[in-house]
Amino acid sequence: MSQKMNQFLDKIKTEFKGKSVFDILYKYGTVLVTVIAILYFSISLPNFLNFNNLMNILRAVSIVSLLAIGVTLSLTVNGFDLSVAAVAGLSAVIAAKFMVIYELGTVLAIIVPLLVGIIVGLINAFLIVKIKISDMLTTLSMMFIITGISITYVGGSAIYNYMPLPNNQGIAPGLMKEAFIYIGQGRLFGYIPVPVIIMLVMGVLVHIFLNKTKYGRYLYMTGGNREAAMLSGVPVNKYRVLAYVLSAFFAALGGVVLVARLGSGEVNAGGPYLMDSVAAAYIGFSVLGVGKPNAFGTLVGSVLMGVLLNGLVMMDFPYYAQDIVKGLVLVIALGLTYYKKKG
Amino acid sequence: MDTIQKLEMKKISIEFPGVKALQNVDFTVKAGEIHALIGANGAGKSTLMKILGGVYQGFTGEIMMNNELVSIHNPHDAKKHGVVVVYQEVDTALVPNLSVAENIMIDYIVNDHKKVFINWKAIKKEAKKALDMIGLNVNVNRLVSELTLSEKQLVLLARAVFQNAKYLVLDEPTAPLSVEETNRLFEIVRKLQKTGVSVIFISHRLYEIFEICETITILKDGKLVGEYPINGLTIDDVVEKMLGRKMEQAIPKLDHKTDEIRLEVTNISDGFLVENVSFNVHKGEIVGIAGLVGAGKTELANVLFGVTKKTTGSIYFDGVEVSPKNPSDAVKKHFALVPEERRKSGIFVEENIETNLTLPTLHKFTKHSFMNQKKLRDVSRELIRTVGVKTTNEKKRVAELSGGNQQKVAIGKWINSDAEVFILDEPTKGVDVGSKSEIYQLIGELVKQGKSVIYISCEFSEILGLTDRTYVMYDGMIRKELITANTDEEELLYYSTGGADNVTKNESIS
Repeated sequence: MSQKMNQFLDKIKTEFKGKSVFDILYKYGTVLVTVIAILYFSISLPNFLNFNNLMNILRAVSIVSLLAIGVTLSLTVNGFDLSVAAVAGLSAVIAAKFMVIYELGTVLAIIVPLLVGIIVGLINAFLIVKIKISDMLTTLSMMFIITGISITYVGGSAIYNYMPLPNNQGIAPGLMKEAFIYIGQGRLFGYIPVPVIIMLVMGVLVHIFLNKTKYGRYLYMTGGNREAAMLSGVPVNKYRVLAYVLSAFFAALGGVVLVARLGSGEVNAGGPYLMDSVAAAYIGFSVLGVGKPNAFGTLVGSVLMGVLLNGLVMMDFPYYAQDIVKGLVLVIALGLTYYKKKG
Repeated sequence: MDTIQKLEMKKISIEFPGVKALQNVDFTVKAGEIHALIGANGAGKSTLMKILGGVYQGFTGEIMMNNELVSIHNPHDAKKHGVVVVYQEVDTALVPNLSVAENIMIDYIVNDHKKVFINWKAIKKEAKKALDMIGLNVNVNRLVSELTLSEKQLVLLARAVFQNAKYLVLDEPTAPLSVEETNRLFEIVRKLQKTGVSVIFISHRLYEIFEICETITILKDGKLVGEYPINGLTIDDVVEKMLGRKMEQAIPKLDHKTDEIRLEVTNISDGFLVENVSFNVHKGEIVGIAGLVGAGKTELANVLFGVTKKTTGSIYFDGVEVSPKNPSDAVKKHFALVPEERRKSGIFVEENIETNLTLPTLHKFTKHSFMNQKKLRDVSRELIRTVGVKTTNEKKRVAELSGGNQQKVAIGKWINSDAEVFILDEPTKGVDVGSKSEIYQLIGELVKQGKSVIYISCEFSEILGLTDRTYVMYDGMIRKELITANTDEEELLYYSTGGADNVTKNESIS
């Protein structure tokens, strides 16, 4: 046992040998901050480290994480997707309206929003790849359009069970079924929230997709140097389309989980997630010194933010000052990533 | 205006790390003359002009104007003394989303304009005056981005007029221009000359030099060959002086050529520069595409590889029309391209050697789309040995390799592909001597295996040493097909500077 321990220590020693403090920070800085934050909160807050609170943190970040995985995928091809929160909102209201107003079943209420998400991704890709509008501006415009469509689609109000219909037509005929609500509020084995499971499974799948399959390699190469990728025979436009479609797909999935969690379809419910998911994806760059968008890092990024916010709330840190903390974490992570790149 | 505006550069020397770029070069331009500065690639023409333009510091020697010593240490000094350089890449000197007037007057607006509000009316009037002076009729309100290349160039000349240029340096001004546009440029240059401007004219097109210049200064390998009045010289004389004695190169002589035609290209054009190009490449043959900078060689490579669409013609591989639609299609149709700008488009500098070497053939080392890491590692280790990349391991970032080793990676990544036709665009550019000969050997290995190589180069000594046959390109067209064994540097230079067949030349071939 002690021999194993020694081996482990040796390994750590060789890993850190000859490296500057900055190099170590660059690689392990984000993980270190997360660990320190958890340690600090668990010492000063007796209730922090209990299972339920940890699950709360993970559940709180699960939707942001799904959107952030979408953003991460768009970042792999050196693109950007600002429309993720809007897509999540659209997918949420479609799911809600399908069940509550049209009395359709759970399966359709999941599949159709995801398909709509894919269509939005295709439109984004068409505008960016074919029409050649910049990614930022395309998805900004699409964000407005989709949000507008969502609000129009639900007639300006939220969709929920037994909602009164306009013009005194009584109450809404359909219901969000238990099976659907389970996606957002259920717990596997009675303990682990289903959204957390979805987040972890998707995170692992995307991580494998990006790092172990040729498609991931092509996406990264397209993002790294599009011209060199093209001249190496990579069909770069195909992979750019794929990235935007996947991005919108994960956003739509986030929307489905969101509506199941809230039990109502609200257009603007996705709004606040945009900046958080972008931040998580960029914090992800610095995790383990990868220096590029990656699914594992993105999950660490959103968990780190969740831990900080949860801990700070429990310490009675004012709610309205939380953005300061988010911003600081982001700027430090970016600093670690880009300072290294320049050097 | 002063009558004597003689410019003298005396004993100019400058060294870059490891290279003596210029050694004791004297260069004199008399007032109001059009003076040609010529030399082969790397002779030091641009370096000399960058010293005059204040771009390079740290040279030794003196610059005199009107027999007075002047100090030029930055571009501002140069402008103060009336030196205006118009570089070949006109776009770098213009702001595309500003108007013609703003671009002409940009120095004034940025540096000399002291008031808070700009008097646009006066600025446009000044700009119009400068345009009238050179006889260009464009609306001063138009955006520069809407102009043609030659109009942009003339806008730069108008700027020079406004700046009261006394010494105007034109670096390869005619390379992107058509015949009519060139003639118009020459008219304007002559007009400027009449107002007392001295023009220094750098061009690879010897014909044009004979048309417009009065005196010619020739550089070779950073040294002055001499200054000559153009009268009494012939193009052949100039070529001989540019080349000096023929250099011996350590290039292995290869002969793996077969009679089987692999690639047949007929009448392809790209709608811009490449025009009606036809050629063929045999199995196991190295075919050179020789030509000077701007001749359209890279553009030809881009059409072959499907990077740019061809507007006419066909490309046949083993007798079947292929005509690649895009690079990924070209790879499937047995082409490989090693592009000229290695760091920009040939390799991924931020990635490791393994990622670079395995990218084009990645699909061969996967199972159900999952990458076989062990195989990728083994394959790249083997490739590193085959192409002789000097590295400790396959996980090293390519950015940390030398230029020559980077180029070996750029070539090596195609070795395992199905490529039969290798298009190599200036593969030894920026590569040290040792790696150069290793790259030659690598090319030798390729043809030994029956691959065909298209070797694009402006280094004629390479073309002569390496290729079996050579096509000479000039102005987007193939001017001449030559059997390498029966030609020499002089003849290559003759055709690549626009020379056409005539009786004496035909005799020298046979």
